[in-house]
Amino acid sequence: MADGGRIPPGQPLVQVRDLKMHFPIYAGILRRKVGAVKAVDGVSFDIMAGETLGLVGESGCGKSTVGRALLRLYELTGGSVVIDGEDVATLSSDALRRKRPTMQMVFQDPQASLNPRMTVAAIIGEPLDEHTDWPAEKKTARVYELMDQVGLNRRFANRYPHEFSGGQRQRIGIARALALNPKFIVCDEPIAALDVSIQAQVVNLLEDLQDRLGLTYLFISHDLSMVRHIADRVAVMYLGQIAELSPREALYARPLHPYAKALLSAVPEADPALEATRQRIILTGDVPSPANPPKGCNFCTRCPVVMPVCREVEPKLIEVETGRFVACHLVSPNNAGGHASPGAEVREHNQQGENA
Amino acid sequence: MPDGAEPVLDVRGLKTIFRTRGGEIHAVNSVSFHLRPGELLGVVGESGSGKSVTMMSLIGLLPSPPAEVRAGEVLLGGRDLLKLSPRDLQAVRGAKVGFVFQDPMTSLNPVFNVGNQIMEPLIKHMGMTKAQAETRAAELLALVGIPDAKKRLKSYPHQFSGGMRQRVMIAIALACDPDVLIADEPTTALDVTIQAQIIELIKELRQKLGMAIVWITHDLGVIAGIADRVMVMYGGQVVEQAPVRALFANPQHPYTRALLKTVPSLTGERAARLEVIEGQPPLLSGVPVACPFRARCAHAHDRCDAENPVRRAVDGKPVGQGHDVACHWSPEVANG
Repeated sequence: MADGGRIPPGQPLVQVRDLKMHFPIYAGILRRKVGAVKAVDGVSFDIMAGETLGLVGESGCGKSTVGRALLRLYELTGGSVVIDGEDVATLSSDALRRKRPTMQMVFQDPQASLNPRMTVAAIIGEPLDEHTDWPAEKKTARVYELMDQVGLNRRFANRYPHEFSGGQRQRIGIARALALNPKFIVCDEPIAALDVSIQAQVVNLLEDLQDRLGLTYLFISHDLSMVRHIADRVAVMYLGQIAELSPREALYARPLHPYAKALLSAVPEADPALEATRQRIILTGDVPSPANPPKGCNFCTRCPVVMPVCREVEPKLIEVETGRFVACHLVSPNNAGGHASPGAEVREHNQQGENA
Repeated sequence: MPDGAEPVLDVRGLKTIFRTRGGEIHAVNSVSFHLRPGELLGVVGESGSGKSVTMMSLIGLLPSPPAEVRAGEVLLGGRDLLKLSPRDLQAVRGAKVGFVFQDPMTSLNPVFNVGNQIMEPLIKHMGMTKAQAETRAAELLALVGIPDAKKRLKSYPHQFSGGMRQRVMIAIALACDPDVLIADEPTTALDVTIQAQIIELIKELRQKLGMAIVWITHDLGVIAGIADRVMVMYGGQVVEQAPVRALFANPQHPYTRALLKTVPSLTGERAARLEVIEGQPPLLSGVPVACPFRARCAHAHDRCDAENPVRRAVDGKPVGQGHDVACHWSPEVANG
């Protein structure tokens, strides 16, 4: 930790338990509540200090909602989010404001998340204006320091966002997130809007900053190859729930959940010889609506190995091998592949909500 | 793919510029390529590399002004499309050349049901009656894998998911049995599992219908799985062109080589650090007199500033037929 944080590396900095985020649906003349979009429905995980947790899934699976809920950009429907010892979900607005400097966000679209009428210096310095009572010179010095850290030329401090390219704009967003020395940063698809050759620049920058400042990341992305590069552990989400949470190498070498298998097999590889021989699992159909998820396992409508029990009983996310959590009736600690040490303690990681 | 077959589409020296207040932007600079019957040509490049503008110039889809196709020939079935009147060109679009765009939501008309939109080209170009067109439209929807096709003709675009909408777009593009299908980033807006479905569909349709396809994308993985030949574009020019395996196994242009290294792999060795192409893509203002990649190139020398490289063959075959590259530097000379 750069500033003597209390949590040593390897211990959980962020603990999420049974996080639920439901958005109400109103209909009719009286705008009565007729249902809810269950964007996130019972998600639990830890993020260790100094690690990068990758959160992957397809659009609409709730991965961005998790990221925003963690920083309490929404009022949670249920569950707790303990960051550095405090439950963010229940903090009062004053306490939350004091907490904000430790947790920051980098957004997907650097064009939309930077105010076009503010100069770069004003954008990067805004968190300092809000949260510190530093004199102007000290703020300016900090802004320059941040610009150096993210590789922006100091001469550009008085320019406006439109004068920068996409990759440089993302650097401005990162500098702003770093301004208050946060411990935890949610990166919500930070490279999705960038060209391939620029993506690598930004990812390398994020990695350098993590090494230098001891940052902890939640890296939300749909790009599975990039997540393999940057994340230590990876959570695969489907329809508001975590299907599998595993260490990076284990997941990519041998995914256990049928959805994780299908997702990984669908990613095209830049190698024609390999592509010609690869076995693809093509999922049929589309993701069901989160306003009306299927009964039982939420993947049962598209699962290639579905069983009758899947349509009745919701599988719980359990530890099937050391460090590997899977929510599937087919995968249990006994049959996960023989890698689990015999007698490995099975603990329930996630008390998922009862089926509606 | 028969090597000697007459190309269905032959583009020679295409130049497109945009007139802006800040001067002329040379978006496409002397692009030449051809497409053999049944072939799938992948076009790779970053945003602003000119890949979409090239394809839109071919069939007059760019608004003029500001766009102006300044030079070149586009031969399709023996006719030069650039010399056709707007009216004749309209007959070519849809009937001879099908187009699938990136975002199916913005390219479908939200106020007409999809049946109408598929029937429109059938009635217009094929002279079908409404009843015939409706039957054919249902066949087309079934062909692209939409279940319950007859009933779905009455559905509106918003009632389909993203993947299904893209299937509808493909059905429209295929309606008149075109010789050439141009797919501009057709899977970029889709999730990977849906992308896999669409790629599978295109592979199937190729076998069934045998049309030639131009597939524009920035995703090297997609190209590796589907293309016969690949054209890499940078700064409005073709910098390298090769059969797909040759390109990935033996990339020649420094840009292609760097691009292949910046993409992390899903299965191979995990690099501790990603390779980076420093700097930004060029702005393309003014007549290009130097290599567009020189500012970011590790091998740039004086000649790259003084002279824009022309495409030269790498494997002895004529340029455009085998593996060619537009670069003054060559890996063999450097290694030997």
